[in-house]
Amino acid sequence: MARIDLDLAHAYRPNPQKDEDYALLPLKMSFRDGGAYALLGPSGCGKTTLLNIVSGLVMPSQGTVKFDGVDVTGKTPQQRNIAQVFQFPVIYDTMTVAENLAFPLKNRGVAPEKIKQRVGAIAEMLEMSGQLNVRAAGLAADAKQKISLGRGLVREDVSAVLFDEPLTVIDPHLKWQLRRKLKQIHHELKLTLIYVTHDQVEALTFAEEVVVMTRGRAVQIGSADQLFERPKHTFVGHFIGSPGMNFLPASLMPGSPDGATLLGIRPEYVKVTAANTAGALAAVVTQRQDVGTYWLVTAKAGDSVIRARLSADTTPPAVGETAWFSVAGSHTCYYKNEELVA
Amino acid sequence: MKPVNQKAWFLILPVVLCVAFSAVLPLMTVVNYSVQDIISPERRVFVGTEWFKSVMRDDDLQGALLRQIIFSLSVLLLEIPIGIGLALSMPATGWRSSAVLVLVAISLLIPWNVVGTIWQIYGRTDIGLMGAALAKLGIEYSYTGSATHAWLTVLVMDVWHWTPLVALLCFAGLRAIPDAYYQAARIDGASKFAVFRFIQLPKLRGVLMIAVLLRFMDSFMIYTEPFVLTGGGPGNATTFLSQYLTQKAVGQFDLGPAAAFSLIYFLIILLLCFILYNWMQRVGTASTEGAQHG
Repeated sequence: MARIDLDLAHAYRPNPQKDEDYALLPLKMSFRDGGAYALLGPSGCGKTTLLNIVSGLVMPSQGTVKFDGVDVTGKTPQQRNIAQVFQFPVIYDTMTVAENLAFPLKNRGVAPEKIKQRVGAIAEMLEMSGQLNVRAAGLAADAKQKISLGRGLVREDVSAVLFDEPLTVIDPHLKWQLRRKLKQIHHELKLTLIYVTHDQVEALTFAEEVVVMTRGRAVQIGSADQLFERPKHTFVGHFIGSPGMNFLPASLMPGSPDGATLLGIRPEYVKVTAANTAGALAAVVTQRQDVGTYWLVTAKAGDSVIRARLSADTTPPAVGETAWFSVAGSHTCYYKNEELVA
Repeated sequence: MKPVNQKAWFLILPVVLCVAFSAVLPLMTVVNYSVQDIISPERRVFVGTEWFKSVMRDDDLQGALLRQIIFSLSVLLLEIPIGIGLALSMPATGWRSSAVLVLVAISLLIPWNVVGTIWQIYGRTDIGLMGAALAKLGIEYSYTGSATHAWLTVLVMDVWHWTPLVALLCFAGLRAIPDAYYQAARIDGASKFAVFRFIQLPKLRGVLMIAVLLRFMDSFMIYTEPFVLTGGGPGNATTFLSQYLTQKAVGQFDLGPAAAFSLIYFLIILLLCFILYNWMQRVGTASTEGAQHG
């Protein structure tokens, strides 16, 4: 277990000039010892690169990686004592499930009794005890991925366990179970866990802190609550939440802070109000969807679109009607150049 | 009962014709010869299994068969490991990879009889590079005089000629292994040998099976190279099956025994390929349920 400090940048091509040449723009970040983190972002945002740099599979083109203050930039994954689980199941075809799970321990010369005990414990946790002596090659994809997870968790003394979208190939109901298992393991063993995903629900339920990334940049690090209430970057507002944050030109609302160009408000906080209420905006309703537990209303004010999540027991305005929506209030954020200003 | 659609037969007719003319008819001609004694184009006598019996009792043939089996096994034992080793040490990407691929493939582009001629000259002690070098080192090397030398030369020649095929197949097989396997192995702390044993070798099983079968069948039918190099000699030290067969059929025009032996030859190859294939399938997928773990 270790605290991990990153101060680096990475480009896959030599002599990067422009921002686009970088897979990871210069960033400074710390992962607390024993913390559960998620790296969240769309495909190609650099999250897997960041993970591989932490594990030592990729060497950053500049900067350093420190574990507990010790520079490990040039060290191999084995020297860093890292466990990593990949997106697609990797199993050793010729081995049984038990041999697969024992492989990382065997390579490190752990005593046979200890191996047996760990493999037994992990198999029990993954509910694979009955399949220990089955050849791994013949199993279904989700069982194979459980083996990969097991190999990542079988060592107790690791600096950190890294997951690279490990639940992609797993059935939804099993996904829930496994995510709960991972959380439980985190509580029991106090391992540092870093979890890469593009699924916000997965990130927000798994992690204590979520790192939101886009185009090689970590735009915000924070708890689920912080990401929801105060997105530091418009991308975070867009990406987190379903639907994402509404963004309107700040000029539409008098009283916006100086310099702010955009106003952001979560659909959850938009309410239908009486005409001419302070902080409200008139807009024409263009769509009204019943999404079971709530109404999703879409309205247009000029060129700007406002989405509102209204409680299921209210009667929302009909399509074509003009209604007033509260957009400026205590939950409103203001942005300039995509960055939060107030 | 459903009505039977007889028209379907017409659809398989082209295939039936192709197979008939390319395989069945030629083979049946051989079967025809193998049960008759052809005295002259007009006179022929049905002799039943007579030729088969005499061919099986033929000492020369038994000798040739034994030599052939030893030769093919040696070829496999040498070419497969060397081929895997070559493939593992070849650069995987960049211009170096392309350059090495071309260099490795060169020997595959040379016609069989040219290969024989090349080695015939190469091994000569007066003008050949290898022969002269060996002579300078004080080794009395002569592929025409010593049975051992002839054997070794034919074997080395085949290894030189065909190992690149195994190497290219393995190279392709290695490139098909996803990077994630190597990454996972690094995370799991696997040694280089463990990576080879538990990732590369199992993933190469498919191409290795093809390589083994191809090299086995090809070496079992080897004819041109030893014919050009040693002519089957000295004595009959390097007379392999097909050369023996050619002597019988074309040299002595013993069509009956030659045909009978051709069929036996064919069946031997079929049988050995069947055994090899099944054995390799078994090795790859054998259940290890008995193993005690956890």
